[in-house]
Amino acid sequence: MVDPFITSFTIFVLAVFVGYHVVWNVTPALHTPLMAVTNAISGIIIVGAMLQVVDINGSELSVTSVLGTIGIFLASINIFGGFLVTQRMLDMFKKKKK
Amino acid sequence: MENLSAILYLVAAVLFILALKGLSSPTSAIQGNRYGMIGMLIAVVTTFLIMDKPVLALIAGAIVAGGAIGAWKAKTVEMTGMPELVAAMHSLVGLSAVLIAVAAIFHTGVEHTGVQKIELFIGAFIGAITFTASVVAYGKLSGKFGAKAVNFNGQHLLNLVLALAMVGFGVMYFLSDSHAAFLMMVAIALVLGVTLIIPIGGADMPVVVSMLNSYSGWAAAGIGFTLNNPVLIIAGACVGSSGAILSYIMCKAMNRSIVSVLLGGFGAEVATGGAAASGPKNYKSGSAEDAAFLMGNADSVIIVPGYGLAVSRAQHALQEFAELLSEKGVNVRYAIHPVAGRMPGHMNVLLAEAEVPYEQVQEMEEINSDFANTDVVLVIGANDVVNPAAQKDKASPIYGMPILEAHKARTVIVVKRSMNAGYAGLDNELFYLDKTMMVFGDAKKVVEELVKGGGH
Repeated sequence: MVDPFITSFTIFVLAVFVGYHVVWNVTPALHTPLMAVTNAISGIIIVGAMLQVVDINGSELSVTSVLGTIGIFLASINIFGGFLVTQRMLDMFKKKKK
Repeated sequence: MENLSAILYLVAAVLFILALKGLSSPTSAIQGNRYGMIGMLIAVVTTFLIMDKPVLALIAGAIVAGGAIGAWKAKTVEMTGMPELVAAMHSLVGLSAVLIAVAAIFHTGVEHTGVQKIELFIGAFIGAITFTASVVAYGKLSGKFGAKAVNFNGQHLLNLVLALAMVGFGVMYFLSDSHAAFLMMVAIALVLGVTLIIPIGGADMPVVVSMLNSYSGWAAAGIGFTLNNPVLIIAGACVGSSGAILSYIMCKAMNRSIVSVLLGGFGAEVATGGAAASGPKNYKSGSAEDAAFLMGNADSVIIVPGYGLAVSRAQHALQEFAELLSEKGVNVRYAIHPVAGRMPGHMNVLLAEAEVPYEQVQEMEEINSDFANTDVVLVIGANDVVNPAAQKDKASPIYGMPILEAHKARTVIVVKRSMNAGYAGLDNELFYLDKTMMVFGDAKKVVEELVKGGGH
């Protein structure tokens, strides 16, 4: 049985390579939208926060669930803000034809 | 259910990669952004479905509240304010990573293995550094804390001591399972985030913002390790490498090594180097009308915009003027230096907002060889990125930095407030060339006069 850490680490290393190659192909003109969309994507941390917001031993409000809720709140700002501001910028690049 | 959720997470991860891939061109980028949103939706719904006894009210409430704030910010932010917004968002990722790690520590229902403890430690300290460092970066970018670099003796020693103390408390937590030790570790990491960023000066902020972008990704990946969650690991790793690449590109554009940026002190270095070269020199100045006449009769014009243009909100007027020139049959293009704005690609967004056609905007490598065949270069709000000293003067602090070769054009027009030195505090010999005409004044006023002068 392989340690789950090794599996995670394998995924991590491969993902770094994928990210590296994909991002080098991003046109420099779109580097600001790239940063905005990566901000939104790092909002994926919401998944980690959600997993903390559970009923623990019959109690819905615990240190864990409250901290997790704040985490969800912060990550949601990133997700919505990041994707929508990227959309707004990309629309500016598009509406060129008069 | 576990297998299904693993596959759904994989789908979400692939959609995130497609979102990044879409950014290779403006046309595919919009679709890419949609893929990203769908990926996020899938990841969130999947997580909800696999959760054991989730507290729906808290989760939904937090998403709605955060989403509303995020959407409002995205709608209202000025394009000049993008670097601040991005820095603020990095800090949020950092803070959530810290909160999740602390929440996991206090999770009474779960025992953590040795490996998980190390992962929690790494996720928490990267998150904590990202959080406070981004707050400081936000403050510097928005002018709330002042952009100056803060240097003091023993700075690097202090950072080293803090880092060792942080690791020490981490080891203590590992051995004793003490919550207090973990919280101490987080507290020291929060301080370290501040002390690492304060010595970095305003000119280096594009690198810092990119670097924090990278950190926020690693923080997410670190949390992914703790929770053994592949979508967090993949998304975090992609964001982490994206930020690292942007940092590298920015460093190269400024001819700075990442190490020297991190150690700081750019501002101090420049003060000594710039003063030596100065002395009374002659320059020619002209009116906006002269400039409009010159450009109206040229065959080709390249505009070099700098951040000063955006500060005085002259982009729209400039585009109006460029259109007038185009109507007269002048070949007008914009030349963008990678560090023209306050973050990677910033100037491109500012020009796109002013409806400058995408095809007219060219990157440094594409356009540099064309300057020699160009009649007029209009430098507006830019200084260091067109300073020939970067190519000729070995003593100059910016020697070796790639520049836009505006000095090779037949005529150079520089719009500037006064003869004062630029952001890096350096004099610029381009201003004293025989073929250079200085037009003094606020960028917006000058451009508006250009529009008037270009009408006939």
